[in-house]
Amino acid sequence: MRRTHVSTRLNGDNVDFLCEPRQSLLEVLRDNLGLTGSKEGCNNGNCGACSVILNGRVVNSCCVLAVETEGAEVTTIEGIAEGDRLHPLQQVFLEEAALQCGICTPGFIVASKALLDKEPHPDEARVRHWLANNLCRCTGYDKIVRAVLKASDQMEAKV
Amino acid sequence: MDAFEYVAPRTLDEAYAAMSNGKTTALLAGGTDVIVQLRENRRHADQVLDVKHIPELMALKITADGGLSIGAAVPCAVIYENAEIAAKFPAVIDSASLIGGIQIQGRASLGGNVCNASPAADSIPSLIAQDTRLVIGSKSGTRELPIEEFFAGPGKNNLQPGELLIQLKIPAPKPRSGAFFNRFIPRNEMDIAVVNAGARIQLADDGETIADAKVAIGAVAPTPLVVPAAAQALIGKPANEETFAAAGEASAAAATPIADMRGSVAQRKHLAKVLTVRALRGALERAKENS
Repeated sequence: MRRTHVSTRLNGDNVDFLCEPRQSLLEVLRDNLGLTGSKEGCNNGNCGACSVILNGRVVNSCCVLAVETEGAEVTTIEGIAEGDRLHPLQQVFLEEAALQCGICTPGFIVASKALLDKEPHPDEARVRHWLANNLCRCTGYDKIVRAVLKASDQMEAKV
Repeated sequence: MDAFEYVAPRTLDEAYAAMSNGKTTALLAGGTDVIVQLRENRRHADQVLDVKHIPELMALKITADGGLSIGAAVPCAVIYENAEIAAKFPAVIDSASLIGGIQIQGRASLGGNVCNASPAADSIPSLIAQDTRLVIGSKSGTRELPIEEFFAGPGKNNLQPGELLIQLKIPAPKPRSGAFFNRFIPRNEMDIAVVNAGARIQLADDGETIADAKVAIGAVAPTPLVVPAAAQALIGKPANEETFAAAGEASAAAATPIADMRGSVAQRKHLAKVLTVRALRGALERAKENS
């Protein structure tokens, strides 16, 4: 199959790549572009480990064709920190031990960032509802939810 | 996943032209069903037609007559984030806000949910209850049909070759009317309905008698099901628990579910009754607010 040329904005940079139309955004991020932070869990839209922000909305990158991102704005887990400075969510996930095996963590951080960008002060129920599409088989979710709420508080204190 | 070509038409005419080139076509809106189906080889396509660049399929508006027009590819989140639609068509929001999780809702469309034609689809019973009409286009023109006539079996719709779903049209809510949708799943979020139900009722001038009603249930038959017997049990009767219970019994009687990992026949018939009653209670509350 002939490969297609796609121009997109990825983590703030203009990026051009070639891909097959059948390749998912997740596949292209990981295999063509070397951005392996987004994880392949279920590959069918259930687990959220591949979450990325596409034009301001958090989506499962396994359920997006890479060719669809022509002209789009994409943020992956690699674009969340500012240089060496971790995003408050990343820092708090570490402090609160909101991860064990870590496979789901990039998806949780990307999805949580999309929430806090939109709603800086979610309550616990809102956080749990928002993260329902992100599965974690280790933590039981409590530490993750607590970390998101703490990050929200910290980000507010800084403003 | 087999290789396919990707086509992103900018107009309906471009889409119709691409659909008549003899290739097997899969239409792509949010992709949350179709990309997975293609990947798992449950479906084959020579070409994938991304319909999200066609303005008619991305338009969302309340029309001059107070109805709601939903482009077939508009994502669920765009619908439920619209405050005016949320206020005037809350039963649409009931469905749009519980299909999948946030990641799905940012992509998945009601048009896609309808075309995917799952018997358990969470948008369909509420759309049926609200008398939704589908606008279907092809190069020979457009046709409209009531949504309940669109389904041919599990995963099968009545689109003919060369046709695509353009928009869903919901008529303006009548005075003293309300609609409501609910479902049962064993989890809190992110699951396929064991049974679901939508209902609409309109109260008469006295504010107590049911003047008009429609009930639809899902996951209890090969297609989402209208229950005329439930409407008959409601129309002309007082809007109370006794009447709702009779309509619930009618839903249970109309249900012909299968038994599978999600539920037994007896459980599904019971749920058809319970969810019909709850949908009617919710519809009544909204009808009173709309008085």
